[in-house]
Amino acid sequence: MISSLFSVTVLVGILASGIRLATPYLYAAIGETFGQRSGVLNLGVEGQMLLGAFAAFYIVFVTGNLALAVLVAMIVGALMGLAMAFVTVNLQAQQGISGIGFYLFGVGLSDLLFQKMLGTVETVRGFPKISIPFLSNIPGLGEIFFNHNLLVYGAYLLVPIAWFVLNKTTLGLKIHAVGENPEAADSLGVSVAGVRYFTIVLGGTLSGVAGASLSIGLLNVFQQNMTSGLGFIAVALVYFGGWRPWGVLGGALLFSMVNSLQLWIQVLGIPIPSDIAVMMPYVLTILVLVASVSRVRGPSALTKPFERED
Amino acid sequence: MKKTVRLFVLFVLVALVVGACGTPATQAPAPAAPAATEAPAMTEAPAATEAPAMTEAPAATEAPAMAEPFRVAVVMPSAINDLAFSQSMYDALLRVQQEMGGPDKFDFVYSENMFVVDDAAAAIRDYASQGYNLVIAHGSQYGSSLQEIAPDFPETSFAWGTTVDTFGQPNIFAYEAAADEGGYVNGVLAAKLTKSNVIGVIGPIETGDAKLYIDGFKAGVTATAPDVNVQVAYIGSFSDTALAAETANTQISAGADVLTGTAQMVVGAIGKAEEANVLWFGTQSNQTSLAPKIVVASQVYHWEGILSQMIDLINGGTLGGQTFAINLENGGEVIEYNPDFTVPADVKTLADDTVKGIIDGSVTIDMGQ
Amino acid sequence: MRSRLSTLFDALLPVLATLAALAVGAVMLLLLKANPLEAYAALWDGAFGSTNSFAETLVKATPLLLVALGICISFRGDVINIGGEGQMIVGAILATWVGLTFTSWPGWLVIVLAMLAGFIGGGIWGGIPGFLKAYFNVNEILSTVMMNAIAVQLMNFLLRGPMIDPAQAQLASKIPQTARLLDAFRLPRWTPTRLHLGALIAVVLAVLVYILLWRTVLGYRIRAVGQNPSASRYAGINVKRYVVLALLLSGAFAGLAGAVQVYGVNYRMITDGSASGFTGNAGFNGIVAALFGQLHPIWSIPASILFGALLVGANKMQRMVQVPSALVIALNGLVVVFVVSSEIWRHRRQKRRLAAAKEDDSPPNPGSDAPVQTEVSS
Repeated sequence: MISSLFSVTVLVGILASGIRLATPYLYAAIGETFGQRSGVLNLGVEGQMLLGAFAAFYIVFVTGNLALAVLVAMIVGALMGLAMAFVTVNLQAQQGISGIGFYLFGVGLSDLLFQKMLGTVETVRGFPKISIPFLSNIPGLGEIFFNHNLLVYGAYLLVPIAWFVLNKTTLGLKIHAVGENPEAADSLGVSVAGVRYFTIVLGGTLSGVAGASLSIGLLNVFQQNMTSGLGFIAVALVYFGGWRPWGVLGGALLFSMVNSLQLWIQVLGIPIPSDIAVMMPYVLTILVLVASVSRVRGPSALTKPFERED
Repeated sequence: MKKTVRLFVLFVLVALVVGACGTPATQAPAPAAPAATEAPAMTEAPAATEAPAMTEAPAATEAPAMAEPFRVAVVMPSAINDLAFSQSMYDALLRVQQEMGGPDKFDFVYSENMFVVDDAAAAIRDYASQGYNLVIAHGSQYGSSLQEIAPDFPETSFAWGTTVDTFGQPNIFAYEAAADEGGYVNGVLAAKLTKSNVIGVIGPIETGDAKLYIDGFKAGVTATAPDVNVQVAYIGSFSDTALAAETANTQISAGADVLTGTAQMVVGAIGKAEEANVLWFGTQSNQTSLAPKIVVASQVYHWEGILSQMIDLINGGTLGGQTFAINLENGGEVIEYNPDFTVPADVKTLADDTVKGIIDGSVTIDMGQ
Repeated sequence: MRSRLSTLFDALLPVLATLAALAVGAVMLLLLKANPLEAYAALWDGAFGSTNSFAETLVKATPLLLVALGICISFRGDVINIGGEGQMIVGAILATWVGLTFTSWPGWLVIVLAMLAGFIGGGIWGGIPGFLKAYFNVNEILSTVMMNAIAVQLMNFLLRGPMIDPAQAQLASKIPQTARLLDAFRLPRWTPTRLHLGALIAVVLAVLVYILLWRTVLGYRIRAVGQNPSASRYAGINVKRYVVLALLLSGAFAGLAGAVQVYGVNYRMITDGSASGFTGNAGFNGIVAALFGQLHPIWSIPASILFGALLVGANKMQRMVQVPSALVIALNGLVVVFVVSSEIWRHRRQKRRLAAAKEDDSPPNPGSDAPVQTEVSS
C-alpha cells in the first residue's frame, strides 16, 4: 500500500498541495523575519492574521472587490503592527508577553466582528486560480507550480524581494545593525526606533495579507480561530530558517509538504493512526533542524528593548 | 526590605478586599437570583394586564402559568454559529422557545466556546446554583463534571449529551444522536451518486459523534456498493479549516467525486468541493447554504422533540434518569435535501426505503470494527 | 512616607493597568449593547463575590502559579519556555498512568508518586528542547512550539487507544477519556468548594523555588548563566548543562501543574482533541502570571491569583450579561498588553530613584549600586 504513494498523481498532488498550504506561513514568517532581524519578537502574528482575514473576507462579501480587500487587510495588519510597535519601542514592554496579549486580542476581536457583522458562516468568491499560460501545461510541474491564485504567487515572489532588501540595500544594513547592536547603530545616527517601527509595521502588514490569503485565497470562508496555531508555527519557522528568507521558505515548504504527505497517507488508507500522522510535520521539522549543520546565530539584540542613554 | 513591604501591602489589600466581600458575599448570589426572577416578572406585568383586554379565555386561564417561565441554561463546547454541533442545539432551543410562546414562557441562556472542561464545570455549577430548571451540558467531555455537580443540586435537572450514561442519578437525563443512522442513509445516497467509485471523508478526531457518523456512512456505502472505495482522513483538529480544505483537495486529487465530513472545520472542505464541482453530504446542520450547487442532503439534528419531552417530564416532577436519542424514527434526525439539487428518482426511492428500513428495523447498520 | 507610597504604587501597577484595560473593555461592552457596570459587577462577583467564587479563583490560579514557577526558573536562565501546554499534558499523562496502574497501593503513596510522575513527565518534555538547544543549537521557541503540537496528538492517541476508559471502549462513541481515578487517590478538597490541596502545594513550592533560586548553588548558577553565559563559562560553569536544567525544571513544574489538575479537579484525564481543552491555556497564562510577578516566585502568588480572578470573573461575566465569549478573550488580551506596557513606569521610577540616590550619596560609590540594581529591576 505504501507503494501507492509513489505514483505520479500522488507526488504531484503532495507537491501542489504543499505549495498552497505554505502560502500563509510564508507571508507571516517573512514579515516576522524583518521584525526579528531588527531585534523584535512578535508572538502576536496570529491575531494580526485573523483580523486581516476577517477584514479581507468582509470587504469581498460586501463589495466583491478583491484588490480592495487585500488593501484593507494590509491596513488592518499595519494598524495592529503600529500598536505593537508603540508598545515595544516606546513602552519597551516585554516582547514575548505583549505579543501573546495582541494575539488574544486579535482572536477575540476578529471573532466579535465576525459575529456582529456577519453572524453566520458564509462563502465568497475569492481569488481564482490563474494558470500561467504555456507553463501550466508542462506535465506535472505545471500543476505543481503554475496553477495557483495570485496570492500564492505573491508569497513566493516575496522571498527574493525580502532577500534583496535585507541583504543588498542600505535599509537591510540598518535593520541588521539595529538587531545586532542597537547602541552602536544609534551612535552612528541610525534611528533604532524608526527602523523597528518600520519592520514591525511591515510584519503586521504581511500578517494581514497572510490572513487574507487564507480567507479569500485558499478557503473562501471565514470562521472563528480558523488559523488554529498557524501564526505560532510561522514564528517558529523564522528560527528554523536562520533569519534568512530562503531558509524560511525552506522551512515553510518542509512543514507544508509533510503535512500534505500525511493527508495523502490517510486518504490512501495507509494504516498509520491518524494522530501519529498528524504529528509528522512537527516531528520532522525538529529532526531536520537537529540534523542540519549550520549554526546560525540570531540577532544579538533579539527581545531586548533599546533605551537611549541620555 | 522593600520587597517584603510590597508583599505585605499587597496581601493586606487582597485580604481587605476578600474581607469586604465577606458580608455582602452571602448576599451577592442572592441578589443575582431575585434579579433573574424579577426580569421575567417585569416583562409579564404588561402581558398580564393585556390578557383581560384581549378577552381571550385561553389567555386568561394561562395567566397563572405565565408566572414562572421555564428556565434553561446550556453549556456548549463551540460557537453558537458553528453550523454544526453547538448551533444545532442553539437552533433547537430557539424553536422550542417559539413553540412555547416566547421568552416569557421559555427563557434560556448559553455559554459558548466552553472547550475547557474546567470552565464548563464552573459554568454548570453556577447555573445550577442560580436556580435554572434545566441545565444542558451539550458536550460529551462534560460528563465527569456533571457526575460531581448533579448530586449537589437535587432540585435541578441536568441533561447530558451526546451519551447514554446517566450515572444512575435521578436528576440527569442523557441524550444522544444516532448519527450513524443518517450517516448510513447519506452513505447509500453517496454510493449511488458516485461515478468514479471513490468517496472521500473528512473527519476531525476519531471519536464521539464524528466517529459514529463516519462509521455509519461507511457502512451505508459498503452495503449499497461494496466495490466503492471510501477514503477516510481525520485531520486531528476541530478547528483547522485550512487543513480540512487541503484534505478535501487531496481527496479530490485521489479521485473522489463525492465528499462528506463532520464538525465545524468542514466549511473549508465544502468550499473546495464547490470549486471542484464535487458532491457534498452534510451532517449536524443544514449545510446547503454554503454550497447550493453541490450539497445533496444533510442529516440535520432536531433536538426540539426530546427537549419538549424533557420539559414535560420536569414539569411533571421527573428530573432525570432517562435516556433519549434522536434518530430517524422520532424525527429528531431528518435528512434534509437541497431543493436545488435533483436526485434521480430511483436513488431517492432507495434512500426513502432505507430510512423506512432503519426505522422498522429491517435494515441493520453493520459498523464492522 | 513618599517612598512607602511609591512602593505601594509599584505594587499596584498591575492592578491599575488592569483597570485601564477594563475601561477600554467597557467601551467594547457598550458597543455590544451591554451594561458595563452590570458586566463588571458580574466579573467581580465571579472572582471574589462569595467563598465559592474565591475558591474557584484559587482553583484557576493553582496551575497558573505552578507554571509560573517554572517560568521564573527558565527566564532567569535566559531561556524562553513557551512549551508549557505540552509539558502540562505529558506530565498529566504520566501521572494519570500511575493512578490507573497502581490501584492497590495506599492513597497517599499514589498521590505522591503521581505528583512525582507529573514532575518527571514535564521534565522530560522540557528537557528535550533544553538538550536540543544546548547541544544542537535548536532554538527553544521552535522546539517548544513543535513539542506542544506533538504532545496534543500523543494525548489524543493515548486517550483514544491504550489509555481509554474501558467503559468508553465498548460504546460506539468512545469519548477520549481515561477511567476515573479511585476516590482514595484524589487530592483532598476543602468542601463544599472545589479548592484542593494542590493550591497549598503550589504555595509551598513557590517558597521552595525562591530558596532554590537565591539560596542554592544550583539556582545561583542558573541565574549566572542567564545573565552572562560567557562570564559563567569563564568561571567554570558548564553552561550547556544549566541551559538543559533550566528548561527541564521549567517543564517539570508545568508537568506538575498537569498532574495537579488531574488529581485535584477532574479526577481523570479527558480531552476534546485540543491542548487548551485540558490545560485551559494555563501553559500560556502561566507565562503572563510569572511576568506580572516580576519573575519572582513569591510575587507570582498574588499575580496568579489576580490573573485567575480575571479569567474566572470574565467567564461569569459572559454568563450573566450574555456577551460573546470572544469579548472575554479580547479583554484577556487587553489586560495582558496593558499590564506589560505599564512596566515602563516602574522601570523609569526605579531609575529616577537610583539616580536621586546616587546624587545624595557622598562620596559617590559607583561599585555598590550595580549588583543591587540588577536584583531589584529583575
